[in-house]
Amino acid sequence: MELAAAKMIGAGLATIALFGVGIGIGNIFSTLIATVGRNPSVQQRVFPFAIIGFALVEAVALFALLIAFLILFT
Amino acid sequence: MLEVGAGVPERPVRLFQGRIYAGTPVGVHAADGVADGLLVPGRLQSVVELAYEFVAGMVRDNAGKEGLRYFPLVFTLFLFILMGNMLGMLPLPFGFTFTSHIIVTFTLALGVFLGVTILGFYLHGTRFLTFFVPHGAPKVMLPLLVPIEVLSYCVRPISLSVRLFCNMMAGHTMMKVFAGFIVTLFSYWAVPAIAPLAVTVALTGFEFAVAFLQAYIFTVLTCIYLHDAIHMH
Repeated sequence: MELAAAKMIGAGLATIALFGVGIGIGNIFSTLIATVGRNPSVQQRVFPFAIIGFALVEAVALFALLIAFLILFT
Repeated sequence: MLEVGAGVPERPVRLFQGRIYAGTPVGVHAADGVADGLLVPGRLQSVVELAYEFVAGMVRDNAGKEGLRYFPLVFTLFLFILMGNMLGMLPLPFGFTFTSHIIVTFTLALGVFLGVTILGFYLHGTRFLTFFVPHGAPKVMLPLLVPIEVLSYCVRPISLSVRLFCNMMAGHTMMKVFAGFIVTLFSYWAVPAIAPLAVTVALTGFEFAVAFLQAYIFTVLTCIYLHDAIHMH
């Protein structure tokens, strides 16, 4: 019984990683908006970088999800 | 109209017709689409040309002109992953996202990783090892920095595969969780069940975007790794 409870708590703790991911994604897109707002002509060039950055940051969230699943189901 | 790496074709469409691969589900139809090689493309040929030019532009931007030699690999990867992601979005019995299984994505990523590493050593010999030494770093820091660089290089196949796998798995799990909400809520009150239904519809649209985006990310990162192997910085 305690093990099951500990697993739940552990999986919950694993989601703390989303703290940093939230900051990261917010940072990327706020910078993107600021950049395009200042100089709209660079949008075509900057957008792919933003998407790559977004995917890289999002991967961290998914690693956390993976850890949570590993804790819960193994 | 179309730029290709090796040689300048007289009829561009003819050349790239030979580069469509039967290994992908779309490849078979794509080959049909360009079988005529019309100068003014039809609908199917337009789709194939669009995909071709999209990926060719991606390779040129991220891996440079020399990278265009490896365009067939990147194009096949892109179509394969895109079809894998999109198949799961079909509301059909055979709608199954095979990229939501780690073994599929890891095999692809490991293939890319090994291929790029071998290419790096083939092109640069042992000089490729200097790739792990950051430029302009103080000598004192090197014993610390080089292992970090090597480690970050070696986890590439893991991060590449887990990213795709997790996105596909998490997205589909999320959709099914919300679809479960509809059933549960509907059995109590019929009317408010429209809320999770609306969320599910929105998520479905979002999943289409993610399916495309993840195929794009995988191939862009492949291009960037190719760039690292070819140019080494």
